[in-house]
Amino acid sequence: MGLKILTEHIDKPGIETFEVYRKHGGYTAVEKALKKMAPDEVVEEVKKSGVRGRGGAGFPMGMKWSFLAKPEGVPRYLVCNGDESEPGTFKDHFLMKTIPHLLIEGMIVSSYALGAHKSFIYVRGELMYVIRILEKAIAEAKAAGFLGKNILGTGYDLELVVQPGGGAYICGEETALLESLEGKRGNPRNKPPFPAVKGLYESPTVVNNVESIANTPWIVNNGGDAYAAIGIGRSTGTKLISASGNVKNPGVYEIVLGVPVEEFIYSDEYLGGIRDGHYLKAVVAGGSSVPILPAHLILKTANGENRLMSYESLSDGGFATGTMLGSGGFIVMDETVSVVRNTWNFSRFYHHESCGQCSPCREGTGWMEKVLERIVHGHGNERDIDLLVDVAKRIEGNTICPLGDAAAWPVGSAIRHFRDEFEWYVRHPEEATKKGAVYMPQNVLV
Amino acid sequence: MLNTREMIAFTEDRLARAQEIIAQYPEGRQKSALLPLLHLAQEQHGWVSAKVMDYIADMLGIQPVEVYEVATFYTMFHLEPVGKHVIEYCRTGPCCVVGGEGVYDHLKERLGVSANQTTSDGMFTLKEVECLAACGWGPCFQIREKFYMHLDNTKVDQIIDELSK
Ligand SMILES: Cc1cc2nc3c(=O)[nH]c(=O)nc-3n(C[C@H](O)[C@H](O)[C@H](O)COP(=O)(O)O)c2cc1C
Ligand code: SF4
Ligand code: FES
Repeated sequence: MGLKILTEHIDKPGIETFEVYRKHGGYTAVEKALKKMAPDEVVEEVKKSGVRGRGGAGFPMGMKWSFLAKPEGVPRYLVCNGDESEPGTFKDHFLMKTIPHLLIEGMIVSSYALGAHKSFIYVRGELMYVIRILEKAIAEAKAAGFLGKNILGTGYDLELVVQPGGGAYICGEETALLESLEGKRGNPRNKPPFPAVKGLYESPTVVNNVESIANTPWIVNNGGDAYAAIGIGRSTGTKLISASGNVKNPGVYEIVLGVPVEEFIYSDEYLGGIRDGHYLKAVVAGGSSVPILPAHLILKTANGENRLMSYESLSDGGFATGTMLGSGGFIVMDETVSVVRNTWNFSRFYHHESCGQCSPCREGTGWMEKVLERIVHGHGNERDIDLLVDVAKRIEGNTICPLGDAAAWPVGSAIRHFRDEFEWYVRHPEEATKKGAVYMPQNVLV
Repeated sequence: MLNTREMIAFTEDRLARAQEIIAQYPEGRQKSALLPLLHLAQEQHGWVSAKVMDYIADMLGIQPVEVYEVATFYTMFHLEPVGKHVIEYCRTGPCCVVGGEGVYDHLKERLGVSANQTTSDGMFTLKEVECLAACGWGPCFQIREKFYMHLDNTKVDQIIDELSK
């Protein structure tokens, strides 16, 4: 059993209540930080921990915090990103509903470190029941003196506001989220200015993912060095992995970064292997946006080394033969899954979710969806495959926000690694579109 | 004749809740309450009509068009009347990998409708939605705040039977 930082007490009955959470050591980080540490000392520990943002981009959290502008007389804000809409990702949902006080404790120590007195938790609107759980937990923490005015008699004031989204993937992008929080459409902003300078209500703002913030109580309690000692290389700490697809035990797992992918998929401690009678075809390792990899490349790098569950190892080989850890949405596909069909599904998703502000994304995602739909339904031709590659390339890097890239990468990588399957669709449309038809790729490990 | 004003306005306890929500934001930033108020209105009426949006605009001191442009951007808000139960079915990749498409076909057949339609008895409206952050527990759909997970054809039938009573 690996070390657990976030989920150690997750199975304790009643852990969603203040009382039980407190009994298991909850809120000691608030006491320690507010009574014994200066805000900058908390920032320092988070820096030392090396913890990287868990929302997808993996940017070092302490560094982000140190960029926050601190002009006199201007409020600063901490906004927690609980939009969690990246297909394949459901860890924040799980964490918030099961152990809401962990996030609230993290919000208190993080807000204190940043000098924020009003902080927001933005949760996707579909999770209204989770919002109610969080609101209840906030009321409990407030009644116990951990929120509100003069917390624990230290003179520090903090209010937490839980804000619902309205059903829009793009609001997970941090500047779109801020627009949404201001009561507007979720259109991403041009950067600069960055949120650290001009964010919510034109004030300096830090946006961090739920899981990122949930790590801070442990870091405060145990120190940044202790956190940095966990994991592997620059992938410090643990990571929540949302595992879905054709595995025996889908669900949310907290892993120490550096576990071999093969062990993660096949060991009974984790996913327990592929469902009976089937075998691994492909994995999307970090949420729908990251490149898909065929079985042989997810288990081993192109150099034949064991692939590990870490930022560096998963991206080894760049996009030619590697992928990304992303948000940790680990989607496993066996040989019955059509990569072509799944790529079409993802393209439809990105087209549907594009905010429409920039033409390469708005038009490009629509094109890709249309061409893929044609191929999936047996009306594609050989040229369509290169057309898709071309459209994907034209979107990449040419948009206001990374949704454009996120839409292009799944298409580019699927064709890079599964071109033969696309060719099968266009060359044998009748066979390919038969119900239950399965393409047997040449390169899978049986 | 029903008094339309009464039908549009928040009920007493929702009005109190609305005022609490509005008070959460810094002075002059009350527009932030827009999404929470739209949710509150939809909870009361099942959908949000133009009149309801005007009422919210009035409450927040903003232009009605500011409410319309937001309500049309976010997919959760129903801008037309819906059936008693709105089934929001996840159609995204990870759910499809574990059989989501087959279960969806069964659901459509069972209800006799396709996406964005309401059954003739007004009981069910079917909507397709994108990933609900429940992929490891799929196939899944949502009705109001409740998640229905690990669906198969039998479970779908049971749920529909139960809700049809
Ligand atoms: C299209 C898009 C969707 C995103 N969705 C999310 C999300 O649902 N949750 C999240 O935490 N970050 C999401 N991000 C990343 C955020 O923009 C931001 O980097 C993150 O919240 C920062 O927190 P972190 O540094 O703690 O990871 C998304 C980014 C893009 C471009
Ligand atoms: S890349 Fe797409 S989602 Fe992002 S701002 Fe441009 S149009 Fe909107
Ligand atoms: S794909 Fe259905 S919940 Fe994520």
